[in-house]
Amino acid sequence: MRPNLAGWCFAGPALVVIAVFFMLPVAAAFVLSLTDFDIYAIADPANLRVVWLHNYVQLLRTALFWKALGNTLYFVVVGVPLSIVVSLATAVLLDSELARFKGAFRTALFAPVVTTVVAVAVVWRNLFHARYGWINYALGAVGIAPVDWLGNPHWSMPAIILFAVWKNFGINMIIFVAALQAIPRELYEAARIEGASATQQFRLVTLPLLGPTLLMVGIVTMAGYFQLFAEPYVMTQGGPLQSTVSALYLMYEQGFKWWSLGVASAVAFALFALMLASTALLLRATRARLAAWGG
Amino acid sequence: MNRPASFAVNGLLLAAAAISVAPLLWMLSASLMPAGQSNVFPPPWVPAAPTLANYRELFARLGVGRYLANSLVVATAGTGLSLLFNVSAGYAFAKLAFAGRERIFQWLLAALVIPAQVAMLPLFLLLRALGLVNSYGGVIVPALASVFGIFLVRQYARSIPDEILEAARLEGAGEARVFVGIVLPLLKPILVTLAIFTFLNIWNDFMWPLIVLTDSRLQTLPVALSLLSREHVQDNELMMAGSVVTVLPPLLLFLGLQRYYIQGLLLGSVKG
Repeated sequence: MRPNLAGWCFAGPALVVIAVFFMLPVAAAFVLSLTDFDIYAIADPANLRVVWLHNYVQLLRTALFWKALGNTLYFVVVGVPLSIVVSLATAVLLDSELARFKGAFRTALFAPVVTTVVAVAVVWRNLFHARYGWINYALGAVGIAPVDWLGNPHWSMPAIILFAVWKNFGINMIIFVAALQAIPRELYEAARIEGASATQQFRLVTLPLLGPTLLMVGIVTMAGYFQLFAEPYVMTQGGPLQSTVSALYLMYEQGFKWWSLGVASAVAFALFALMLASTALLLRATRARLAAWGG
Repeated sequence: MNRPASFAVNGLLLAAAAISVAPLLWMLSASLMPAGQSNVFPPPWVPAAPTLANYRELFARLGVGRYLANSLVVATAGTGLSLLFNVSAGYAFAKLAFAGRERIFQWLLAALVIPAQVAMLPLFLLLRALGLVNSYGGVIVPALASVFGIFLVRQYARSIPDEILEAARLEGAGEARVFVGIVLPLLKPILVTLAIFTFLNIWNDFMWPLIVLTDSRLQTLPVALSLLSREHVQDNELMMAGSVVTVLPPLLLFLGLQRYYIQGLLLGSVKG
C-alpha cells in the first residue's frame, strides 16, 4: 500500500495541473465549438446557445477560413521539407571528418533556435525591407531586381518560410548529427571499397540508416509548423491581402479580437483534425519506403 | 590529405554559420546607430559613431525595464515551480510503483499530439473565473507541468539503481528523505537541462502571454516588443535595441550552459 500512496503523492500534483489546465480546457474547447459563445455570453452565460455543428458549417462557407487553411498548408508543405533539407545538409557537413572548429560552427548554427521569435521576426522584417533591407541588397549584388518581400502577396509567405527555416533548422541539425554519429564508419569504408561515390554512399548508407530519425523529425517539425502564429503577427499582421493569415492567426482574431469563442474553438479543432490527418498521411506514405530501406 | 574537399566542407560551414549569425550581428550593430542611420541604401555595416541613445530611450521613455522585470519574474518563478511538479512526477513514473502508472503515462504521451492552442480559449475563461487573467500567475499556470518535462526526467531517472533506494528505505528513510537526499542529487544534470528548457520556453513564449496579459504594465518583453514594433515601424534602430534586450538573456543562458541544453534535446527526442 505504501509505495502506491507515495507514487500518487509524487505524480499527483503534476497530473492534477495537466488535467485541470490542459485536458479539461481541451474537452471544454470541443463543447465550446458547438455553441454560439460570444461577447454576450461572456457578460451573461444565459445568452449561450448550443448550435451543434453550425460553427463548422459556417466556417466551411467562409472564404477566409479556406484561405487560412491554404496558407497554413503552404507554410507546412514548403517549409517542413526545406527545413529538413537544410538541417540534414548542415548536419552532414558538421559530421564530416574534414570539418574543423566543429564546436564553434555548431554553436553558431544553433544560435537562432534559442532566440525569441518575436525579436528576430522584428529583425527579419527589417532585413526583408523592400528598399533598405540587406536581402534585396544581396540579391542586387548578383543582379536580381528588388523584391517587395512583405508587401507582395506572392512573396510574403516565401519570406516567412525563409525566416522560419533560418530560425528552426538548428534543432533538427543537432538530432541528425547524433544519428549520423551512430552510423558505424565501417559501413562507409565497405561502400568505398565497393567503389561507391560520396553521393552513392549518402543515398545507399546514410539515408536508409537515418530513416526512422527522418520520420520522427518530420512528424515533430510538421506539428510545430502547423502552429504558425507569431511570425505573421509580427512581420505582416496577416497581410498583404490576407496572404499570411494562418489557422491560429484566424483563431486568435476570432477569439480574442471579436470574442467569438465558439467559432474560434471550431477553427482550433479544424486545425487539430488537419494536423492528425497530415500526420497519418505522412506515416502511410513513409511506411512502404521505410520497409524497403529497412529490408 | 583531401584539400579541395576539405576546403569545400569548411567553406560551406562558414557560409552557413555566417547566415545564421549575420541577422543577430546586424541587430546589434543597428541598435547602436542613431535614428535613421540604418534606413539608407546600401545599409551601413557598422554605426559611424556608436551610441546607446536607443537603449536609453527604451528604458527611460518606453518602460522596457518594467517588461524586462516582468519577463524575469515570470520565467524564473515558472521555472522553479514547474521543476517542482515535473521532477517529482518524472521520478514517480520511473521509480515508484502505483496503480495505473503505465496506462496514465501512455495517456500523457498520447496527449502530446494535441496542440496547446486548442486549450487556450477555455483556459482563458477558466483563469478569468479564477481571477488570474492579467496576472503573473495566469502566464505561469499552463507551464506548471509539462508532459515533455515529465518524460525527460523519467528517461533519466530510470537509470538510478533500485538497490540504492531500497537500501535507504531499509535504513528507515521515508519517501521524502529518499527523494531529497538521494534522488535529487543524482538527477542534478537533468535538473539543469530542464531548468534551461523551461526558462527559455517561458521567456520566448508569445501567444499565451499575449492573450492573458491585457494590462500593459504586466506584459512580458516579447508581447511588449510586438506591440511597440507595430507603433514604431519607422524607428528601426530603436526596435533593434528592443530585440537585443529581448534576445540577450536566452542567448547568454544558452552559451553558458550549452552542453546541458543539447543533451536535453537529444534525450527528449529519443522515442519512448
